[in-house]
Amino acid sequence: MIEILHLTILITILVAGFFALWFRNLLSSIISLAVLSLFISLEFFYMQAPDVAIAEAGIGAGLSTAIYIIALRACGKKQFRKEGER
Amino acid sequence: MNPLSVVARTVCNLFAWFLAVFGIYVIIHGHLTPGGGFQGGAVVATFMAFLLVAHGGKKMQSWVKKDIFTLMECGGLTLFITAGLLGMSNTFFFNFLAKAGGLFGSVVPMGPNPGALNTSGTIALMNLSVGLEVVGGLSMILLYMFSGAHPEESFGREEAGHDR
Repeated sequence: MIEILHLTILITILVAGFFALWFRNLLSSIISLAVLSLFISLEFFYMQAPDVAIAEAGIGAGLSTAIYIIALRACGKKQFRKEGER
Repeated sequence: MNPLSVVARTVCNLFAWFLAVFGIYVIIHGHLTPGGGFQGGAVVATFMAFLLVAHGGKKMQSWVKKDIFTLMECGGLTLFITAGLLGMSNTFFFNFLAKAGGLFGSVVPMGPNPGALNTSGTIALMNLSVGLEVVGGLSMILLYMFSGAHPEESFGREEAGHDR
């Protein structure tokens, strides 16, 4: 049972990393990076390093997401997107 | 950055305080539970990020000044160095407050126990100073990052999505 949980966490990390590269919309990419950080923090907690897990959840999922969103907002509104792109 | 909608602002107003209380708990219990000054400081700095994203930068810059965070950073570093230098009669960073009585130095009880909060000597002081320094530094990074970008010039009045 606990092996299935661990495997689910690892597969979710892979899927979130794939979607962070796959999305064309940068805001969706940032959100999937936050999901990646959250599940890396869960993995640290599973590996019995709660210290590192708190740091990862605070900085990876919280602060860096906010910094990325501020930087994305500063970049301007124009997005040249073709028809049929994601 | 313009403020978000009423729903996002209300939820951030409610849950940002839980973030602040949990971060201060992690800082104060640094010698007993997982986490310490850096982790708790990062959690408290997330409080500032919440308010900044929800309410926009203009209102945030009217609420807080950047000098407060500079003062917190300098005060934390000075407190850390002072707590290290005060034990200089033995060694650098000597724990001179341990078992000395008072607020920080009561004696650890015998046997297995959940841990007493006020037994750590200078370690609690150092966790507090590192927490102050990390809160000041990370909040200042966020505020300067925001004021360095000028989204009002590159945006119009209206934003896409549910911002307004």
